[in-house]
Amino acid sequence: MDAATATTVDAAPGSGKDLLLSATDVTMQFGGLKAVNDVSMQIHTGEIVGLIGPNGAGKTTFFNCLTGLYKPTSGSVEFIGRPLPPRPRKVVREGMARTFQNIRLFHNMTALENVMVGRYCRTKTNAIDAIFRLPRHRREEREATARSRELLAFVGLEKHADTLSRNLPYGDQRRLEIARALATDPKLLLLDEPTAGMNPQETREAEDLIFRIRDLGLAILVIEHDMRFIFNLCDRVYCLVRGEVLVEGPGEVVQNDPRVIEAYIGTPQIVEEEGNADA
Amino acid sequence: MEFFFQQLINGLSLGALYALIAVGYTVVYGIVQLINFAHGEIFMVGAFGAFATWVLLGSPTTWSLAAALFVLLPAMILGGVVVSVAVALLTERLAYRPLRTAPRLAPLISAIGVSVFLQEFIRLFFGYIPGMPDSKRAIPFPSVEGISGASFQIGQVTVQMPAVFTIVALVVCTLFLWFYVNRTKTGRAMIATSQDPDTARLMGINVDRVIMAAFAVGAALAAVAGVAHGLRYGNIDFRMGFLSGLKAFTAAVLGGIGNINGAVVGGLVLGVVESLATSFIPGQFGSTAWKDVWAFALLILVLVFRPQGLLGAKVVDRA
Repeated sequence: MDAATATTVDAAPGSGKDLLLSATDVTMQFGGLKAVNDVSMQIHTGEIVGLIGPNGAGKTTFFNCLTGLYKPTSGSVEFIGRPLPPRPRKVVREGMARTFQNIRLFHNMTALENVMVGRYCRTKTNAIDAIFRLPRHRREEREATARSRELLAFVGLEKHADTLSRNLPYGDQRRLEIARALATDPKLLLLDEPTAGMNPQETREAEDLIFRIRDLGLAILVIEHDMRFIFNLCDRVYCLVRGEVLVEGPGEVVQNDPRVIEAYIGTPQIVEEEGNADA
Repeated sequence: MEFFFQQLINGLSLGALYALIAVGYTVVYGIVQLINFAHGEIFMVGAFGAFATWVLLGSPTTWSLAAALFVLLPAMILGGVVVSVAVALLTERLAYRPLRTAPRLAPLISAIGVSVFLQEFIRLFFGYIPGMPDSKRAIPFPSVEGISGASFQIGQVTVQMPAVFTIVALVVCTLFLWFYVNRTKTGRAMIATSQDPDTARLMGINVDRVIMAAFAVGAALAAVAGVAHGLRYGNIDFRMGFLSGLKAFTAAVLGGIGNINGAVVGGLVLGVVESLATSFIPGQFGSTAWKDVWAFALLILVLVFRPQGLLGAKVVDRA
């Protein structure tokens, strides 16, 4: 039954209808703090979904629950009709990849090598193949290199393939992280503040990039603080406040919801926090 | 001058032995930040594995030169590697992996426990394996035609064949390792894991397998060193891993622990310093009894003036 569901979804990518991710009542508790409280979320193929909320609302914690870094205290996450294993590398194999709020590239590897690390989970050769340089190993290495160069070109970094990632400008590092995540052949891409620290020009480029990724048939879940960016981009938006979903719906609905406005700018205290975050 | 070159050759071959073992310390440290104090015993077990292989082959002593070099020696190396890798993976699984999230000190103490366990295990049980000699004392290592006791002359300098074997083994292993780390997906996964294990996991890397690969690679090189040690000194015993392991650890720190090139350079430097110190320091301080003093004095000097090691780097950057 499960396998059958998976096959149907695979057979119709990008149809924009199939349920890809279904999180039900996900709760993550740290001691006495419920960082994520009863959050439910559905994402369909070909959809761009936004996740917004003030600092500390539990957005990144929710990401960590999805990607297997945390095991939710309660609740369940199903991906293509199957429960997600709470192990990061298995989650990646299932087809979910992410980027990070604070860039987490492998700094002493080149851009190309970073992307090739992402290919790891889609290759099969083992140490024996590698040691004896069997044709299988060489073919797979060649394919991984070719695919990684393709992805670098896709995000516009083909010229920097051999640059150490720590020497790339900030915006390029963000794009490299996206290329690395794409290298795992995801069906759902999670972006954690992809435009943090970017100037308006770079933000527009990022927007364009995300649309192009969606056009490849992927679904995207994106955390952002830049509201214009979110409402330009997203088909639907979830607003998380203190670990709970406050509002969910199309961008314009969420944008004008008084509770959302209050959550962001309603009390002087939060205004102050936002100010600090921007500084 | 001949004397200097003679000592230099001796030092380089001794250093190559240290380097082969040191790589194991450095690769494992680079990835799990664990000083595997049982690594000296992995080296010892490798030598015993090679010895056992020789016994299994019927304790041949009269093989022709070609058979000795192309059948016996590779078989012994392979046997040693299999035993070393198996023991290393087993200790990783049983003694280190359960402590992966424990405070740093716990796996370190576990490693010391494994070290004592393996020494005592070989001392007490090796003789009970059918066909194996009593191992409470040193066991004569099988001689390999064309290497054991053989030597040749370059001018006034005598080059022992076991020294040549050790240096060639180091070169071959280093090239293999370079290829493995820089040109295969497991190697890339190793570098990635050493830089950021959590991100590596989130990119789909099987970190457990990467750690096993690191232990296996280190153990394989240690086994080769075990064979080289047997050929060089003509015997092996259950204690041989202690001092050699400590020296190799010194070499790894000397070169910059976590850095593979550093381990090789550190090993060679340590060997040469040891060898030259015993030949050129006058009086009783230059006697062989003092060689360990000079080796560890060098370690202290490096730690004081260049704590990151000769080549620096905290991670397995490049092989």
